[in-house]
Amino acid sequence: MLDRSNAPSRIPAGARRGAGEAGAAAAMTGRDPMADDADTDQHERARRFREAALPCLDDAFTLARYLLRNAADAEDAVQECYLRALRHFDSYRGPAMKPWLLAILRNVCNAELVRRSRREGAIGGDGDDDETSAATPIWQEPAASPESDLLRRQDDATIRRLVAALPQPFRETIVLREINGLSYNEIAQVAGVPVGTVMSRLARARLMLRSAWNVAEGSTP
Amino acid sequence: MNCAEAEILIHALIDGELDAGHAREVEAHVASCAGCAGQFEAFHLMHAAMAGAALKDTAPASLHARIDAMLPPAAAGTAAAAGAGAPRSWRRPSRRSFFGGFAAGAVLSGALAASVALVVFNGDREGTIANEVVSAHIRSLQAGHLIDVESSDQHTVKPWFDGKVDVAPPVIDLTAQGFTLIGGRLDYIDGEPVAAVVYRRRKHVINLFVARRLGTEHAAAAARTVQGYNVRHWSAQGLDFWAVSDLDAQELDEFVQKISAAVPAVSRS
Repeated sequence: MLDRSNAPSRIPAGARRGAGEAGAAAAMTGRDPMADDADTDQHERARRFREAALPCLDDAFTLARYLLRNAADAEDAVQECYLRALRHFDSYRGPAMKPWLLAILRNVCNAELVRRSRREGAIGGDGDDDETSAATPIWQEPAASPESDLLRRQDDATIRRLVAALPQPFRETIVLREINGLSYNEIAQVAGVPVGTVMSRLARARLMLRSAWNVAEGSTP
Repeated sequence: MNCAEAEILIHALIDGELDAGHAREVEAHVASCAGCAGQFEAFHLMHAAMAGAALKDTAPASLHARIDAMLPPAAAGTAAAAGAGAPRSWRRPSRRSFFGGFAAGAVLSGALAASVALVVFNGDREGTIANEVVSAHIRSLQAGHLIDVESSDQHTVKPWFDGKVDVAPPVIDLTAQGFTLIGGRLDYIDGEPVAAVVYRRRKHVINLFVARRLGTEHAAAAARTVQGYNVRHWSAQGLDFWAVSDLDAQELDEFVQKISAAVPAVSRS
């Protein structure tokens, strides 16, 4: 936090690593010499937030997209997540930004899913998840431990489709682990469950995924 | 270890979440059980295939622009403050829930999960800090991040920390004992500034993090392994010490011994 006695000064626009596009915005306000101390604090806080949170944007968008199965809704959810995160940034004490942010995002996505499910009764039909077509061979109950069949090769698009077809909460567990790269502790933090639950969900998720994987046809046109 | 335990623990092994002792137990079971060996190999292949596949999305430029516009200072006092920054309303009506009846039947035996979870780092603060310490260590190894003050002279490194952290970290020259002091760095663990004193043994870097309170107090050094790095944590003279390195456990223990032996002397001086 900047000292109050500091004269209002230019934000070191773009000078910070990870600031990225934040630089442009900071440079704009840095031009205003009339900014008062409160603004300077506000700018400093915003700069720190950008530096910490913007590098997680791809991870956030990825998780939202797998959870909501719809790119436009995912964008909305990530925006809402960043808004909430900024509001609560003062209470952020670490440790890592990514799980903190993804926990917020998960709540936003769950609220949207609940909202969708409420509408379901009113309207009926097949939902917003236009990225998982009805033709998708939806996940199946795994056969008793396939022991010897190793793994078929699958292209990236097929793997994405298979992951997206997993039911919750297994989908989020495997996305957080394999795609967002979180540790078990961090996943537990994001999902608000004990580590033991994370472990059992992950084992189950991988079992489901593997059985779908070995029967899936490639999605290459 | 039986197959039911292994069924869950092989995943923790694949994900590098087990400490060395438990990893050996799971490996021993897999080596002696053809069924579990097949499972392990298939899941390991799947994990590797996913790691090699492009499964992550890139946030579209439109999203970058929206978030940029929402954050101060670009929109200070307007959108963000007024709450008008809330996303445009979720557009289309929803017609289906994703919540099926999955949750109930899907979770493996809760009791089993609870019992195996004990062997994984539990969600305690000590474990969280250990992870952070290792992250800080890895960060420090990236080019240009290792040291803020480069010196093998303890009388240069120690005063450098004055005013930067709220402790006076002992800085001990162990060159004669095979651990070369190479400098110091200001780092952040758990949101607090901590002193990092950096040593080198052959090609291995050792980060010694020192702070007033960083985890549970341990009179004797507590050992753990995180992501393949050896970690030691102990408390002395009202300070917490965390040593992290890719050195093997024995050599890191030797380092801890030498530092511990020197610390009381230093703080009296």
